[in-house]
Amino acid sequence: MKADKSGVLTGSHILSGNEACAEGALAAGCRFLGLYPIVPSLEVSKRFLQRAPEVGATFIQMEDEVSALAAVLGASWTGKKSMTVTSGPGFSLMMEHLGLGVMLETPCVIVEIQMVGPGLGLPTRPAQGDIMQSRWGSHGDYEIIAFAPSSAQEMFDFTIKAFNLSERYRVPVALMSDAYVAQLKEKVAIPSADQINIEPRRYYGGPRDSYLPFKRDEDFVPPMVDIGQGYRFHVTGLTHDDRGYPIMFEECQEYNVHPLVRKIRDFTDKIIDIEEKNTNDAEVVIISYGVSSRASLKVVEQARSKGHKVGSLKLNTVWPFPEKRVAELASQVKAFVVPEMNFGQVVQEVERSAYGKANIFFLTHGDNGVEYAGDILAAVEEASQMKETKCGITEWKKRSA
Amino acid sequence: MATQKVNTNKDIHPMENLLRMDRMPHIWCPTCGIGLAVTAFTAALEKANIDPNMVSIVSGIGCTGRVAGYVKVDSFHTTHGRPIAFATGIKVANPKMKVVVFSGDGDLIAIGGNHFIHAARRNIDMLVVCVNNFIYAMTGGQVAPTTPLAAYATTSPYGCVEPPFNIPYLADSSGAVYVARYTALHIRRLTNALTEALNKKGFSVVEVISPCGMYYSRINRLGDGLEMMKFYHDNVEIKHGEDTKNLEIGFQSKIICGKFVDRERPSYMERYNQWLSEVRASAKNPEGKKGA
Repeated sequence: MKADKSGVLTGSHILSGNEACAEGALAAGCRFLGLYPIVPSLEVSKRFLQRAPEVGATFIQMEDEVSALAAVLGASWTGKKSMTVTSGPGFSLMMEHLGLGVMLETPCVIVEIQMVGPGLGLPTRPAQGDIMQSRWGSHGDYEIIAFAPSSAQEMFDFTIKAFNLSERYRVPVALMSDAYVAQLKEKVAIPSADQINIEPRRYYGGPRDSYLPFKRDEDFVPPMVDIGQGYRFHVTGLTHDDRGYPIMFEECQEYNVHPLVRKIRDFTDKIIDIEEKNTNDAEVVIISYGVSSRASLKVVEQARSKGHKVGSLKLNTVWPFPEKRVAELASQVKAFVVPEMNFGQVVQEVERSAYGKANIFFLTHGDNGVEYAGDILAAVEEASQMKETKCGITEWKKRSA
Repeated sequence: MATQKVNTNKDIHPMENLLRMDRMPHIWCPTCGIGLAVTAFTAALEKANIDPNMVSIVSGIGCTGRVAGYVKVDSFHTTHGRPIAFATGIKVANPKMKVVVFSGDGDLIAIGGNHFIHAARRNIDMLVVCVNNFIYAMTGGQVAPTTPLAAYATTSPYGCVEPPFNIPYLADSSGAVYVARYTALHIRRLTNALTEALNKKGFSVVEVISPCGMYYSRINRLGDGLEMMKFYHDNVEIKHGEDTKNLEIGFQSKIICGKFVDRERPSYMERYNQWLSEVRASAKNPEGKKGA
């Protein structure tokens, strides 16, 4: 399916990451925004609200982030593609309804512009400290999809992809950006509507009387109906059967919740989005995402010109994690270098996937700054000198001022 | 609009059109008034002549939170305290839906208190049925923000020390356009109030007094279900139009019931659509800026 023309602002624009995200949402067909104000994510809402009347989108500013996501889930069941937008502390409040969204299998997108935590942290300063929260933040077992854009263009592109995957797999999808990418103004090319692929909602097409809200297709995803169509269905956040009725037995937990995990885990090959550069002959691979990957790609060029065999693995989706590919690379390379704007989150996934076969250098910028390319380059040079493989994560001490 | 015909076939339950019979028996205890509230509500749906296909019920957590599971309309059993927020999303995204929130006092007034007052302030077009059982029943009888002063509860073994919320007063002062209260005994009056509220545009609140027979009545030694009904019969005073300030409920005090608020205020969607048409007619630009 192609995008609805009304929401697509075709052309070349100078936009901040946040504005590009709002344009991406409108292009993807998002027509409901439930919001609660928080900096540095505000321009997403501002742009969306300004464009709403001409596009025919609806919005409401709720009383907190808890209700903002609750309203988004309700709106999604009316058939409108829906999203909310927030930053760290608001994301914490949304964990309750992230879990409900997973259990009710409600398509929606949560845009998270990460800032420094924990607690009140350094408000509005960029960080990547909520990556693990996006994976494990709500209670219970589930799988989630999360994107990590690194530029205003990717804020646009990945927002569309996030909506598409959310509809395809009936799961809330997180767009894990950060304050740098969100505030950065860059050129964004918005294609024409017929160049934008849109994943339509999977609607139930059978006889009305035999509709069961959670009867799954072969790929574990149940087709949906909108409210107000006469199906008179019931859904519950409790463990439930195909009818959506609560069933309080352990067997039903397996029956209900295991497919929530499998509908993602069994299809990771289709979901995972990674970009590799010069990994074919690489002895050192930099694994990064979001704004950090901009420095990493620069380092690959610099290191190659110095004769080091260096490559880059950029995670466009952080969840599900590309463990298979990292494991393959682990047998090939001497070391991975993982720069992150936190004290070590995705690097733990790299360690798990590398299975002790490669050295792992971790560059922390939990002190709230983008990695200097110089630091990453120095780490890469040291990594390429490694003679033996050490288990565990080596925290690399930066030298540049 | 489709008309629901009252079932005259004696072999089937008269409410079968509107209840999920495959889920019966329900989970509510003997002496509980939630079932009566549901009966009154389904009767009101028929009386109000509303197409059940266009009704959506949202419930939170707790004994009353199970109502969404038993009424055969598009229904959602959501998180604790958040049904009003979830229902707000439904109403704003599809204003054609008749949205009803059916939940308990702990759900709507404690953890969901914020959503309650803000939905009232915005005047979101929805009916909120709040069954007040004076206690957190499903978790085992803890003090709620509606437990009368001095009443015993599992978390007030020496008597409740917190004054309770007066729900009609809270709803009234937050902006609700329709506020009524009846007990589970007043099934006919309750049905009429719910019928009226269903046809009212804006945020309507109907409180149903139904003290929990398993926890509240037992721990306070108030007798069985029949004795509770006798208590309502002897101690309820019907006073329509009573100032909502005067509606506090003390321990075994008189309970004032009736319709207290019935007024007109533009609903959220009315204001929203007004704004939208002004913007579309280019009468308004973002932040009042001149020119397009």
